[in-house]
Amino acid sequence: MSAAPPAPVPAPAPPPAAERTRATADGYRPGRTLRLRVEARRQLRRRRTMIVFGLLAALPFILIAAFAIGGTPKEGRGGPTLIDTATASGGNFAATCLFVSAGFVLVVPVALFCGDTVASEAGWSSLRYLLAAPVPRARLLGVKLTVALAFSAAALVLLPAVALVAGTVAYGWGDVELPTGGTLAAGDALPRVVVAVAYIFVSQLVTGALAFWLSTKTDAPLGAVGGAVGLTIVGNVLDAVTALGSWRDVLPAHWQFSWADALQPDMEWSSMLQGTSVSVSYAVVLTALAFRGFRTKDIVS
Amino acid sequence: MDLRWPRRRRWLAGAGALAVLVAGGAAVGTAAAAGGGGPVHRTDAMLPGAGGVHLDTSYFTTGGSARRPAVLLGHGFGGSKAEVRGQAEALARHGYAVLTWSARGFGASTGQIGLNAPGGEVADVSRLIDWLAARPDVRLDGPGDPRVGVTGVSYGGAISLLAAGYDHRVDAIAPRETYWNLADALFPADVYKKLWSGIFFSSGSTALPGAAALTGGTGTTGATPPAPGAGGAPTGTDPRAAAAAAGMTDPLCGRFTAGICALYQRVAQAGRPDAAARAQLEALSPSAVASKIKVPALIVQGQTDSLFTLAQSDAMATAIRGNGAPVAVDWIAGGHDGGDTEDARIDRRVTSWFDRYLKGDKGVSTGPVFRVTRTGGLNSTDGSVVLRGADARAYPGLDGGSARRITLGGGPQRITNPAGGSPPAISAVPGAGSLGALASLGASLSLDVPGQFAGFESAPLPAGTHLTGSPTVTVRVRTSAHDAVLFGKLYDVTPGGKATLPAGLAAPVRIAGSTDGTVVTLRLPAVDHDFAAGHRMRLVLATTDLGYASPAAPASLTVSLEQPQLTVPVDTALSDDAGPLPWWVWALPPFALLVAAALLVTGRRRVRPRPADPALAAVPLQITGLSKRYAKSADRYAVRDLSFRVEPGQVLGLLGPNGAGKTTTLRMLMGLIRPDEGEIRVFGEAVRPGAPVLSRLGAFVEGAGFLPHLTGRANLELYWQATGRPAADARMAEALEIAGLGDALERAVRTYSQGMRQRLAIAQAMLGLPDLLILDEPTNGLDPPQIREMREVMIRYAAGGRTVIVSSHLLAEVEQSCTHLVVMDRGRLVTAGPVADIVGSADTVLVGVAGELEQQLVDKVAGLPGVATAVREEDGLLAVLDGMTPAQFVAELVRLGVPVARVGPHRRLEDAFLTLIGGSA
Repeated sequence: MSAAPPAPVPAPAPPPAAERTRATADGYRPGRTLRLRVEARRQLRRRRTMIVFGLLAALPFILIAAFAIGGTPKEGRGGPTLIDTATASGGNFAATCLFVSAGFVLVVPVALFCGDTVASEAGWSSLRYLLAAPVPRARLLGVKLTVALAFSAAALVLLPAVALVAGTVAYGWGDVELPTGGTLAAGDALPRVVVAVAYIFVSQLVTGALAFWLSTKTDAPLGAVGGAVGLTIVGNVLDAVTALGSWRDVLPAHWQFSWADALQPDMEWSSMLQGTSVSVSYAVVLTALAFRGFRTKDIVS
Repeated sequence: MDLRWPRRRRWLAGAGALAVLVAGGAAVGTAAAAGGGGPVHRTDAMLPGAGGVHLDTSYFTTGGSARRPAVLLGHGFGGSKAEVRGQAEALARHGYAVLTWSARGFGASTGQIGLNAPGGEVADVSRLIDWLAARPDVRLDGPGDPRVGVTGVSYGGAISLLAAGYDHRVDAIAPRETYWNLADALFPADVYKKLWSGIFFSSGSTALPGAAALTGGTGTTGATPPAPGAGGAPTGTDPRAAAAAAGMTDPLCGRFTAGICALYQRVAQAGRPDAAARAQLEALSPSAVASKIKVPALIVQGQTDSLFTLAQSDAMATAIRGNGAPVAVDWIAGGHDGGDTEDARIDRRVTSWFDRYLKGDKGVSTGPVFRVTRTGGLNSTDGSVVLRGADARAYPGLDGGSARRITLGGGPQRITNPAGGSPPAISAVPGAGSLGALASLGASLSLDVPGQFAGFESAPLPAGTHLTGSPTVTVRVRTSAHDAVLFGKLYDVTPGGKATLPAGLAAPVRIAGSTDGTVVTLRLPAVDHDFAAGHRMRLVLATTDLGYASPAAPASLTVSLEQPQLTVPVDTALSDDAGPLPWWVWALPPFALLVAAALLVTGRRRVRPRPADPALAAVPLQITGLSKRYAKSADRYAVRDLSFRVEPGQVLGLLGPNGAGKTTTLRMLMGLIRPDEGEIRVFGEAVRPGAPVLSRLGAFVEGAGFLPHLTGRANLELYWQATGRPAADARMAEALEIAGLGDALERAVRTYSQGMRQRLAIAQAMLGLPDLLILDEPTNGLDPPQIREMREVMIRYAAGGRTVIVSSHLLAEVEQSCTHLVVMDRGRLVTAGPVADIVGSADTVLVGVAGELEQQLVDKVAGLPGVATAVREEDGLLAVLDGMTPAQFVAELVRLGVPVARVGPHRRLEDAFLTLIGGSA
């Protein structure tokens, strides 16, 4: 169609002479559509993905610079915190990075990856071409959710991993000093940090599922991401209302710092178990809502 | 306690759960079991005690005449009956007759404090049991013998033991945080426990508001020692008590009996106990009647308790168990030093104990024989200390179920005892027990003064060792002094060198001086503490301690290990309780799964896939009775009752003005939206969302849809990969040729112009050369040469036997490329058929008019019989004849006075189209 090269338009080959008896195009199998690898490639090169990973990888260095400028932290009035022990060792520094970022910084990537994934396709109009390819709707959601969660997990792992490496270079490899006063041998601390990161991921499932549900409801990616982050903040606010008493136990936000239990002298599982129960339960219901709504949704974007 | 919910509350919780469920969330009610039973009646009375003493008592029941077991509830030292009122009411609600009293010398009771003397306080209890026996609502075991249990904390715990020893009518006891042998408690190893003794004595001799502190278990945060010497008027809560304290007591002895007062003053001045003092206290102790305490005993003792240590409860348990009575031992977290005394849990356990042994309810579990509270860490949601229990079916004593031998290193060390015993080392500090509980977390207040202690340290432990009990070690001490006192402590030292003293406890030992050396086996404080692998044990022997009186004479000591082994008792039978997880932790996820399954199952009914129609297998598209209304416009159909059919090889033009329903029809064809009625069959297969037959269809509808961050080529490649079909089937090269984007293919799509996107999208639709190609307004944004090329592409595409559907409102376009037409307007089919049939309709006549044509004239023409429609055109009149010949029509026009300039058949599709849809476009 280009005006410049007046090359003759190639005539498409004629269709097979034999009458088609198959209901599908050759080689089409619903189970092979939009494989995880393909979806990952579609998402990976996005500027948004790059920026999130870049920021998370940069955060430890920003903190190291901050400690270099501000000096080693001193024990605050309210007793020691993770911040105060940040420069004790690489492990401490990784824990500190988790501590400063778990409340909000790590919520955003999860909400972003899960909230943007369907809504942005709708916004680009590419959703309808995927669905007409056809990628079965449940499979599309399943693949997109899996990839979004995988990206979220990668983001959650990236921060402490970079922090551990950078912190070890900056402050050395040694025992992890606990804010409660004890220490953990460096070898013991590593699995603990892994548990903490795994729990943070599980506790973010509710945010991810909420964002994902909103993502299937709107064509505006920012609406889905913002909605999920906003509702997470509302949860935090509600958790601050101590008058709610034990009702706060069913707020996911109530358990968001339970991963710190992994960095106590004795692993304390009960909070993490409760937080996992709450988060997974909400996530399951929200994910079901997403599938239920999208299954029969009229795609008009 | 009645565990049933009141009806109303259960209903409310159910409604709440339902409401939350409807809202799409998970509902979890965390409702506390409300106490049942009726209101508790309290009767206060001054009852006669022994020897003319009057006891201030309160009697609690829920009323009624049914006979029930009784419980005597004692209070702590320095307190009064008021402090146990809450527990008394709870027990009364649970079906007991509860009698509380202020011990003689305390509160409003008269008399003097005799430290639970057999003829004093103990006899008082017998009078109270007499009184209970006379009550009509108290169950009796025999005449004058009520069914009665005794419990209390600290001073009140001791009276429960003594009452059981002196009065056979007591049926069960639950002593909490109390002593077995007061001489051992205050003079351990003949060393005077001066700090606690002083606090003890002052709280009985002055009526201070802080005096209730010594109850040991009134709060969760622990006791704070009363401020000695806080002068001014006594401010006791009970005016009578205050008056008694102020008026009738002597300023030195307070309300103590003269004998106790003299004992205290003598020992406190000497700084060490004498044999008479020991004998006097032992006679007052439960240990004096050890062989007579034969009733079931729940023994609760604090781990952070340097006043009444675990050794006291151990002796208690051993003696009572030796008498054949059931015994359970519960080591709570806190104690007299402070910390969490777990009152709520222990109150429940005491109630169960009495349910079993007073009510005789054999279905009640009295809990494990041995339970130790361990510190699990901090609660990250509110910063409180998490406590966990460890249970065993047997109480092994302080030597543990087994023992490990840990080799300590370190040669003889020379240390000094400072003159006057100052500065002292610090181990336990009354009131600091809440920190003691944190010792397992690494917090410690303890302090040793350099030069005054010897340290012996183990190698890093190869495996974690959980000490439960009292470790022992044998040491040799050489000194020229007459005698010496050492305080043994066992520290937990981290690999980083940080030392913590578990529970903050030290054990004193008095050693006869000998220059050759005295060998002594030292029993270290009983604690429950986990020494992690890699940590070291450090035995410290110090010459001073803040809590004790050590010799004032300066001395030099040489301390060495007689045997390098430290015997560390462990109890492997203790197994940690499953954490106190709320029930919903396990219930919530399955509940959520159920909700999710319900959501998925009850979604909009699934349309059962209609079977393929083999007769239509060769027909690219057949639409039958298709209707669609969008949700927001319930009255207006986007598509209504649309039916048409497309045969192979056709290029079908779907024509209609904006809003005619063309795009809606195409979206339904792609399975993007669901029709309300009717069906679409593509090659005989019914179309539904994601129908596999859609893979034979290529579509470009309402503009391009690309990932803007990827290049044009990457977009096409990834789209094809998303279809999951073999790469070779894509015919990528041919599609790219049609797109004709050249180098721009390698640029990100976001840099494309609209025309470039359009071409790329058409190329995407043609990937894999689908049997049915749908192009929606394909020439939008293309320039004229590209439009011509597009036209050729479509014609050639269909020439191969494939089918193309083009929608457009650019009618001239369609006329040149399409073989067939479907004309739509306002959702309805207007006409369908070959282009020639529609365009070449001879019935359409275009009349050129000279000058203006008035609308009323047009209406008149339209109203003629034999004329279907008549529309005013730019410079004339377009009419569709229905039965009238063109000649007759011209004649009629002239007759109506239309200034006819020229007449001809209209062959332009645009005009035909306007005519067909009634000129409203």
